[in-house]
Amino acid sequence: MSEHETILSLDRLSVRLPGGADRTHALRDVSLEIASNEIVCVVGESGSGKSMMANAVMRLLPNEVTIDDGRIMFEGRDLCAASMAEMREVRGDGIAMIFQEPMTALNPLRTIGDQIAEMFSIHTDLSKSEINTRVLALLADVRIPDSKVAAKAYPHELSGGQRQRAMIAMALALDPKLLIADEPTTALDVTTQAQILKLIRDLQQRRKTAVMFITHDFGVVAEIADRVVVMQHGVIVEQGTATEVLHHPQHAYTRQLIAAVPPLKAPPPRALAADNILTISDVSKTYRTGGFLGRGARVTPAVKNVSLTLPRGATLGIVGESGSGKSTLARCIVRLIDPDTGSIVLDGNDWAKMSREEVRRETQHIQMVFQDPFASLNPRRKAAELVAQGPIVHGAPRAKAIADAKALFALVGLDPSAGDRYPHEFSGGQRQRIGLARALALKPDVLVADEPVSALDVSVQAQVLKLLAELRQQLGLSIVFITHDLRVAAQICDLVAVMKDGAVVEHGLAGEVFGNPQHPYTRALLDSIPGGAFAREHKV
Amino acid sequence: MDAVKRYFRSPAAVAGLILLVIVIAMAISAGWFYPRDPLALAGRPLVWPFSNPRFLLGTDNSGRDIAAQIFYGARISLLIGGVATAIAILIGILVGAFAGYYGGWVDNVLMRITEAFQTLPNFVLLLVLVAVFGSTLTTVTIAVGVVSWPAPARLTRAEFLSLRNREFVQAGRTLGMKNIQLIFREILPNALPPVIVYASVVMAVAILLESALAFLRLSDPNVASWGNLIGLGRDVLRVQWYVSAIPGIAILVTVLAVSLVGQGLNDALNPRLKGR
Repeated sequence: MSEHETILSLDRLSVRLPGGADRTHALRDVSLEIASNEIVCVVGESGSGKSMMANAVMRLLPNEVTIDDGRIMFEGRDLCAASMAEMREVRGDGIAMIFQEPMTALNPLRTIGDQIAEMFSIHTDLSKSEINTRVLALLADVRIPDSKVAAKAYPHELSGGQRQRAMIAMALALDPKLLIADEPTTALDVTTQAQILKLIRDLQQRRKTAVMFITHDFGVVAEIADRVVVMQHGVIVEQGTATEVLHHPQHAYTRQLIAAVPPLKAPPPRALAADNILTISDVSKTYRTGGFLGRGARVTPAVKNVSLTLPRGATLGIVGESGSGKSTLARCIVRLIDPDTGSIVLDGNDWAKMSREEVRRETQHIQMVFQDPFASLNPRRKAAELVAQGPIVHGAPRAKAIADAKALFALVGLDPSAGDRYPHEFSGGQRQRIGLARALALKPDVLVADEPVSALDVSVQAQVLKLLAELRQQLGLSIVFITHDLRVAAQICDLVAVMKDGAVVEHGLAGEVFGNPQHPYTRALLDSIPGGAFAREHKV
Repeated sequence: MDAVKRYFRSPAAVAGLILLVIVIAMAISAGWFYPRDPLALAGRPLVWPFSNPRFLLGTDNSGRDIAAQIFYGARISLLIGGVATAIAILIGILVGAFAGYYGGWVDNVLMRITEAFQTLPNFVLLLVLVAVFGSTLTTVTIAVGVVSWPAPARLTRAEFLSLRNREFVQAGRTLGMKNIQLIFREILPNALPPVIVYASVVMAVAILLESALAFLRLSDPNVASWGNLIGLGRDVLRVQWYVSAIPGIAILVTVLAVSLVGQGLNDALNPRLKGR
């Protein structure tokens, strides 16, 4: 990297948090350098201070958070000492930023073209027509199909991937020296993510931009990084070239993070029971919205004629991208949504035909674990109460239910005395364990898990998956496991079904689907996994 | 407990609480300071305040002690404010909860009824109710409550609309809870903080509504209320303005106290909104 000039250097940067936070400094003595024409990935779990660092460079810290030591050198200038007016010059022009969620980062009331043109009208004095040409050129550059139409579109009219492309176009409008990308692909589907990563790589190489790429995903790191910086609790624990860090990690934390990345290889297949506990046949669900007397109504088939079977004691993974109908299918199975047609037979009972009242009484046979550990627990109930709720509803005496809940806490790896605490006093992983305990409290035969680990950090993700696998063995659970992450599915599932646009395009044993995919869409999904080669090779 | 700490960190909220405590203390101690009927003749009419130590705040046009009426009036204002607010919030929560939770035609019917109430000005509706049912303390209190429920209903409905699709509610449903359990035990506790805060607004408005009614001499004439006193003072407003001004200040202080407490509760219960 020596032939390139250093664009940004942080010199023992410390950022102080307000009193009452869980630590005094968000960042402590952070030193790093980014040269032109290189991509530096900053990796860390949530709370490691990686986003705080990006915001510190842009001087966009929240009011109570202050830089209390160190320097941020950008083009020979210390940004810590820059005035607000100087910072406005630097932002957008010298340093540009892309954010995680393009829907919230774009103004919903103005067209994409307008918002990109704003960059020019603020920082340059080009004429209107010149700006217009530049905007269209930029949109073409980020490969948005039909750039003229896209320029006139509002953010909600574009897909997530296209919005992120528009954000990138906006960020690159003034040819910044440094691009800061804060988890730019985390909210996107894998196939879109692969395209965006490739786009950032291409543009960066063409324009020789320096990129600070913030991510939590080692797969993405393997895909895109020249150099890697690993952060933990606001301190840099390791930095080096991508090959060094990925293949010869020095620090224990880096090793732990890499080990937690699920390898894309199904574990040896387990023997499956011959009888099916759950048989789904021809289930369809169609959403109809709007329209008056049938005119102008929008009809969206969310699930189309899905037929699947779950052998007793097995785990069936349902994978697909957002909008593929996998969550709708999961909710049909537990009857949070009523399917239009088809049958869902559990132990001889057709759940699709039961009335709501019957479902309510039989619900202990099938339970669900939800995606968001923050939203799925009632914030005003104590943990033990949350777990005991199900048995109490089904007639267990309160004292016994609470005592059983404490025993379940031990089963899911929580301290039984933690039952008196409220959900906000637990971490994300612990909350997900509470959610699991709540589902298990009713001793279900089938557990439907809807993206149970998607909101968790990789290391926590690995722990929860391990717990699920243990419980499956111990309790003889049959699991329907919904996920968008094929690496996670490969970890735990015996059987895998791939969904696209509401239909199952391929299903079979996990090893076969991942090892020898038949459908082109399955192959596209597998090819899109970031750092695919790395994921296949690295050993746990 | 955090909420209590946050509440006492705001000087305005503490000031409001102190004022409110003073008004409540007045209401409680009225019988002790002024054992006689506050509406009984006490002395010469229209004695100016501070001119006679027996009548600290003077007397009104019929010679009744203003101070005694202020103390007893605090009882009436707080009683009407409290009970009417309870009625309004109760109706509001029930209507809002069912409309927001069930949606569909239930929501349509309940919201059209709410709108029917909202299209009529509160005060006009209150006049009609009092004209029809008479103006005893009970009917006035109920009538004030009945005209004040639409706003809390809409607020509760909005909270329910955003909460009913949360995952924890779905989780409750997969556990086999009944709709009533989901509404009152799962969703309502989470929807309550903004409604409680809004209750302070309802209470302030209820006190004002009663005063306005009394000013028009349509409230219960047999109780000593601040509004009645203002109504009486109307006749001598140009010279003996204090007869109306003193109860006016009492109303101002009470409404201010209730509003400050409400604002303080808002900041304490929704800490994230503060300072934004």
